Amino acid sequence: MNYLEFFSMLPEISLLAVFVLIFIFDLVATGHRRRIFHIMTSLLMLAQIAVCLSCCDGEQTLFGGMYHNNSITSFMKAMLTFGSLLVILQSHKWLRNTHSYYKQGEFFILLLSTLVGMYFMMSARHFLLFFIGMELASLPLACLVAFDKYRHHSAEAGIKYILSSMFASAVMLYGISFLYGTTGTLYFDDMVAKIDGSAMQVFAMVMFTAGLGFKISLVPFHLWTADSYQGAPTVVTAYLSVISKGAAVFTMFIILTKVFAPMTKEWQMMLYIMTVASITIANLFAIKQNNLKRFMAFSSISQAGYIMLAVISGTASGMTSMVYYILVYIVANLAVFGIIETLEHHNENVELTRTHCNGLYKTNPKLSLLMTLALFSLAGIPPFAGFFSKFFIFMSAFDAGFWVLVFIALINTVISLYYYLLIVKAMYIKPNEAPIPEIKCDPYSRISLVLCLIGVVLLGVCSFIYTSIDKLV
Amino acid sequence: MLLALWLSRNIKQIRTVMVVGSTMLLALSVYLTVDFIAQRSAGVSAAQLYTDSWCWYPALNINYSIGVDGISVVMILLSSIIVFTGTFASWNIKPQPKEFFLWYMLLSLGVYGFFITTDMFAMFMFYETALIPMYLLIGVWGSGKKEYSAMKLTLMLMGGSAFLLMGILGIYFGSGATTMNIHEIAAMNNIDTNLQYIFFPMTFVGFGVLGALFPFHTWSPDGHASAPTSVSMLHAGVLMKLGGYGCFRIAMYLMPQAANDLAWIFIILTTISVVYGALSAISQTDLKYINAYSSVSHCGLVLFALLMMTQTSCTGAILQMLSHGLMTALFFALIGMIYGRTHTRDIRELQGLMKIMPFLAVGYVIAGLANLGLPGFSGFIAEMTIFVGSFMVDDTFHRVVTIIACTSIVITAVYILRVVGKILYGEPINEEHKRLSDASWDERFTVICLVACIAALGIAPLWVSDLINNGVSDIIANLMP
Repeated sequence: MNYLEFFSMLPEISLLAVFVLIFIFDLVATGHRRRIFHIMTSLLMLAQIAVCLSCCDGEQTLFGGMYHNNSITSFMKAMLTFGSLLVILQSHKWLRNTHSYYKQGEFFILLLSTLVGMYFMMSARHFLLFFIGMELASLPLACLVAFDKYRHHSAEAGIKYILSSMFASAVMLYGISFLYGTTGTLYFDDMVAKIDGSAMQVFAMVMFTAGLGFKISLVPFHLWTADSYQGAPTVVTAYLSVISKGAAVFTMFIILTKVFAPMTKEWQMMLYIMTVASITIANLFAIKQNNLKRFMAFSSISQAGYIMLAVISGTASGMTSMVYYILVYIVANLAVFGIIETLEHHNENVELTRTHCNGLYKTNPKLSLLMTLALFSLAGIPPFAGFFSKFFIFMSAFDAGFWVLVFIALINTVISLYYYLLIVKAMYIKPNEAPIPEIKCDPYSRISLVLCLIGVVLLGVCSFIYTSIDKLV
Repeated sequence: MLLALWLSRNIKQIRTVMVVGSTMLLALSVYLTVDFIAQRSAGVSAAQLYTDSWCWYPALNINYSIGVDGISVVMILLSSIIVFTGTFASWNIKPQPKEFFLWYMLLSLGVYGFFITTDMFAMFMFYETALIPMYLLIGVWGSGKKEYSAMKLTLMLMGGSAFLLMGILGIYFGSGATTMNIHEIAAMNNIDTNLQYIFFPMTFVGFGVLGALFPFHTWSPDGHASAPTSVSMLHAGVLMKLGGYGCFRIAMYLMPQAANDLAWIFIILTTISVVYGALSAISQTDLKYINAYSSVSHCGLVLFALLMMTQTSCTGAILQMLSHGLMTALFFALIGMIYGRTHTRDIRELQGLMKIMPFLAVGYVIAGLANLGLPGFSGFIAEMTIFVGSFMVDDTFHRVVTIIACTSIVITAVYILRVVGKILYGEPINEEHKRLSDASWDERFTVICLVACIAALGIAPLWVSDLINNGVSDIIANLMP
């Protein structure tokens, strides 16, 4: 085997290079040199995005078909890297405080190793590689969730996360073992020929989907979500809610349509129920949440349900709209979390509730305007990006014949609008004797928020992004 | 223009930008109208003029295509007038005038966009764009139980748009998923009848919510009562017309088969809204509530006339949209001015305003008379056309409901005259009120503009009906089996 072939996995290799560079820098840099740590990491991430994008034309297959990288996967990798970049930018303030100042390097390294795991997970065409990727993506995340280890909540959230994540992995592994038993192979391409929809394989499929459902936090596998989101440091919550979810959804789409293609009816029915449950139940729970992070947790469960609409259609247009939806979701959700993070820091790290937002517009008009736009985008209000992504997702699901499902989802958007508006109402209308004083953002989070703002406003109106995703699929 | 507003710092600049901007809009739409008439009389007979189209999302056949026919020209003209006068009506809005006008302009952007596009996706987008600013406009600058009303209004209208989106997707995929353009779909006319039976009610109800169709009208009184003056004007004057326009343009035009077969259900509902709205108006004591219920009644009449599906009645419906838009705007403007002085809208506490503020009182009388359909004003022309048109359908069911709907004229007269008599004449009962002033120049300007428009439409309605004839007959031709 020619060793140069390894360079076909350019995104992974270059990300590993970034990883090693940061590792070394963390070891050697002392004192004031650590100050440029953040800038350096951000620039490296930027370079990484460029590398991923450069791989967007062409396909590479390695290791006899275990690893496969095509244009849409590369684009997806670029998107997730972009999301991580935003998270890193937002983390600046938090990493500067006393507890975690010397752990800056650790944070980046853990974050990047989960990202490598997601890369492999998305490119895997073999269950072994897939499983290794997924584990690599979840174990460091547990450390991240427990990063504020002196905070009781954070530690608790870490335990919860790792227990449920291990449980999900075990369940999934059980499913994979059934698949191996009935088909005798772990390669996706070989497996699909031997899938015949026997009871054992259906069981395997259910187990497998349940395992991934944990990652995506679909109802009924969502119980860890709210607690972990609440306890984790806000930047980690942001990462958890968009990046790791995006990767898992993407992989689910690939595996369901590639491996389980002969059992389309079965998994569609299963996903149907899970989607309806996720959207409806999460929406109803979100109304009652007062804690902003818990609230965002439920909102993200219901958003995951909407993404499932694209997965369930299983078509090429479903793929396009899913990737597009994830992109829009990344900017909108990270905008909200970025603001929550900023507010928390200026509020002595108390847990934010909706009442804290009261009267925010008076003191921080820009922040609350961005928050409003991001929430509107999440709710799917034009002319912001969320409207377009929701519309396309509904279109793809409708095209595949899921009329009733689309209708249920549409009714749910009204419910979701209600609770998003509750926050808008708190910011604009509710009076407050002592609102959060005026906040000056640090430059890093300002950059990330501006990027989010541009994304929320322009992603929809400029159609070329959707069109280019469409070409890549 | 939004950009200019964003940049302007103080109240004076904001006012200047608003006045210049809305005057420009008005001038543009007048020019559009004149040019449109000129082209028509020069013999250009294409269904749509000024058409243009940009490819937006090629993979999904979404284009941003625009084009106007007579109906949309009239609607655009109406919107410009209302936006223009609304600017003057909210001259002294407090607090945060800049934000107010920003959201206000976003709202009117949605309205204009809705009327000029011929692409269903873009239309739906603008439709929703017009809904959301309402929440903040009412919630922040409104009065009374504003939070409740704002939430109720937004959620009900979004619920309507959920139905609407189903309808649009149904039309798109039902017609073979090749185009989103309304006229191309209408030309193909190939939606399966069974699909039409499912999606016609959805689309109609979706738009009907905004057009205050009977069981879905409850947002309207609360919303209008709580909204600030210019928003009430724009909302009752133009936004509710979006509903009627959409029903006509999308639901009935694209699904003619179902429209013919299922019209009876909606005719019954609209008849209920016409009579029920008018009856409710009688028992209200809040000026804005009275007017809001009267809007329900009149907008019900629009939908009612559209469903009769004759050339005359549909022309009447468009005329009614226009005249009701102007009248309600005038009403809400006047109520806003009275409320701004007396701080009450309860008719039991107001009396003898004719002596205190004669100008406003005369304006109120004119608005009231126009509303109850006095010849010489626009209301008469519109309602006359509607009822004549409806009576032309010669079977018992249609005649009976027409007669029932006709009773609303009498009921309207009851509530209008009752209010006019109660609050304008007699001796002022509240000593405080005696010291109040009459209208200031910006208010006078608003009122005079609107009254002039109403009278113009009432005295010379022919040019408008000529204008819309072509557009209406196209759609009617499609509706005939």
